[in-house]
Amino acid sequence: MLEIIKNTNIDFMRLKKYTFAFSGSVILFGLYAIFQIYTSGANLGIDLAGGTALQVRFEQQVHMEQVRQVLTDGGFPEASLQSVPRENIFIIKVSGKREEEKMVGQKVVGLLEQGLPSNPHIVESIAEIGPAIGKKLRTDAIFALAISALAIIIYLAWRFEFKFGVAAALATFHDVIMLVSIFFLLGREMDLLFITALLTIGGYSLTDTVVVFDRIRENIRLRKRGTFSETINLSVNEVLSRTVITSITTFMACIALLVFGGVVLKDFSLALALGIIIGTYSSVFVASPIVAMWRGEKMVQVRR
Amino acid sequence: MWKSIWGRTTLIAVLTVASIVLVLPSLTDILPAAWQEKSPKISLGLDLQGGVFLRLAVEIDKAIENTTMRYADDARAILRGKGIPVLAMAKDGIEGFSLTLPPGEFADRALRVLKEEVGTIDYTLGSVTSSTATIKGGVTANEVQAIRTNSVSQAVETIRNRIDQFGVREPQIVAEGENRIVVQLPGVKDQQRAIELIGKTALLEFKLVDEGASVEEALKGSLPAGDQLLYIKNVEPQTGRITKTPIVVKRRAVLTGDSIKTARVNFQSQRGGAYVGLSFDNRGARIFDRVTAENVKRRLAIVLDDTVYSAPVIQERISGGEAQISGSFTPEEASDLAIVLRAGSLPAPVKIIQNVSIGPSLGRDSIEQGIRAAIIGATLVVGFMLVYYRLAGVIADGALVFNILFLLAGMSALRATLTLPGIAGIILAIGMAVDSNVLIFERIREELRSKKTVRASIDAGYDKAFWTVVDSHVTTLITAIILFQFGTGPIKGFAVTLSMGVAINLFTALVCTRVVFDYLNAKRPMQTLSI
Repeated sequence: MLEIIKNTNIDFMRLKKYTFAFSGSVILFGLYAIFQIYTSGANLGIDLAGGTALQVRFEQQVHMEQVRQVLTDGGFPEASLQSVPRENIFIIKVSGKREEEKMVGQKVVGLLEQGLPSNPHIVESIAEIGPAIGKKLRTDAIFALAISALAIIIYLAWRFEFKFGVAAALATFHDVIMLVSIFFLLGREMDLLFITALLTIGGYSLTDTVVVFDRIRENIRLRKRGTFSETINLSVNEVLSRTVITSITTFMACIALLVFGGVVLKDFSLALALGIIIGTYSSVFVASPIVAMWRGEKMVQVRR
Repeated sequence: MWKSIWGRTTLIAVLTVASIVLVLPSLTDILPAAWQEKSPKISLGLDLQGGVFLRLAVEIDKAIENTTMRYADDARAILRGKGIPVLAMAKDGIEGFSLTLPPGEFADRALRVLKEEVGTIDYTLGSVTSSTATIKGGVTANEVQAIRTNSVSQAVETIRNRIDQFGVREPQIVAEGENRIVVQLPGVKDQQRAIELIGKTALLEFKLVDEGASVEEALKGSLPAGDQLLYIKNVEPQTGRITKTPIVVKRRAVLTGDSIKTARVNFQSQRGGAYVGLSFDNRGARIFDRVTAENVKRRLAIVLDDTVYSAPVIQERISGGEAQISGSFTPEEASDLAIVLRAGSLPAPVKIIQNVSIGPSLGRDSIEQGIRAAIIGATLVVGFMLVYYRLAGVIADGALVFNILFLLAGMSALRATLTLPGIAGIILAIGMAVDSNVLIFERIREELRSKKTVRASIDAGYDKAFWTVVDSHVTTLITAIILFQFGTGPIKGFAVTLSMGVAINLFTALVCTRVVFDYLNAKRPMQTLSI
């Protein structure tokens, strides 16, 4: 048998000092990031904040400076530009703060036609979202996240005892906040697809956590000796192979998507790929230590 | 053991054949027509096909306001017909208006007359001073509600009409909520034209020009009673420059687009421009006849959405019920104008609150990239399973093929829409599908390490891993279902492919792979297991 991870004996629980510190600071930063996003609308894609986004493909190479000049001259100095250089594709975004501007998309197209007449372009996509809709989508997104959280807690409370459930839920929140922090730091945009990635990772991270908890429960049933921490360590080591390899396989799929999936899904696949790594980390270093700390060291039987 | 193996194998075989039958029509065209037509197919989302998605908000308040002013005009005309002069008319919120009359017994007479004639307005006496008496009119609550509901359904019908004439293959036009309309035009090529066609209110009015009024005074802000200041739009054919000339017209239209029976595009040989020819219905033709007879040598302004297209001089009485609108149109502009005139004007203006247009080239690219990513992702995963789990890996990979096949079949059967995130969902489902196998195989390895027999290890592995596999699927399904509920089109596509892929995986991972192990073991009991 080919085994990447064989008979490990890592003392995960002792590392909890460091991992808690790390995770704790990330969460604090994450809460700050969320506050920033909420108040200033930074990093929000147009489907959450309203605005106009165009994807334009030029026939010949264009420098970003040229495009920026054309847009600034035309009255859109604050437009954000992103390019996919090898393919002469530019993504132009104008935020929705300008109330009730109609046909911004067409205006920008007109500017490009006039400003760069020698370099014909195709408009690959235009999305214009009014502020009212942006608000509605934002509310829906938050609602979806809240309901997911509730559903997860209820499911876990049913499958395990309450403390395990809450620990797993906390681990999942940790994952979501960590992902938001990273995207905030990278200055990448968060749109509806990002929210989708958050929800998906939430569900997926849970499966890792459940695998570990299942094993913890089994080991408690089998062995009556030793402290709770020791049992957790043993359990995590036993399922480490499983946890890492399932993450590897899903990660491979996400990497394929990230590298080959095209520019529209780029941020989405990045979020998924990062989320898988974070999810694995949290199942091992966040969920289990929380249970240990909360439950105390006695080896009491786990209900159900 | 053998009976159960054959039973399970037959089930899998039947499902496989059914799936192939369901999937083929979506993938190829070479099948006999009957099979191709009747079979449900996977449809491509707008982000893969290209097309336009519009969310419109019907400005119902405007519709109510327009109707109210129409009632006000009618009231004034009725009073004038009975010899009661109206000094002034004003708006009173969106649902009301007020008429100012000279003092004396006019007010009472007016109230009596109006209450008799019109049922949808509540009339009351307003203030009475020594020099004026005011009558207030308010649209009844029932009528307001009727306008609310009718505006949206009428708008939907009108838009559907316009799009049918424009020629889009499978458009979808649906009302949403109290005042919104969602329009989807898959595969439409001339996207900007289509969007303008839908958004145009297209209210056509014929208004007499008030030759006696002074344009300079009007520009400064003083207009005679009952008049309106509009602008003639002139497009210079060479430069395309647009100039606007002010003109004063009577606010009350003598004829509107409602009276048009049909409109067509004609070409004028001399100036080469296109123009739109109109035919009025009987009532319209009669009114047109009368108006032109009474107003020879005056100008009649042709107004579309409060812009004057032209104001030709009425040379003579026109009794044939035909008119034409010219104004330096390109053939497309004339054609589009004819479409909106034929389909009718929108009952109220619509505002485009969301517009996502995807060009066909991006759609094609997305499909290509999506498929490429899927193949590469699948190859990576398949390769890994082979190397890491050897024979068991081969079995898992086989199950993966069935997983994908059943997933596509399921999508065909449900006529699901495939979107770009949907393709991502399939790729993610591929990654997660082998997770179940990993969970089972790792458990089997553990059992083998504790020196159990191959037979026992396999059974123990499947049994003990069962709940863990189910758990992992349930958690993903929970979030996928929530995503489906709250997500917009493309995200719904993701939720569908992910949840179906994961649900089907319960079957392929637990049943399909196990039957292969059982078969191999039953044929010849294995001493060692290549896992």
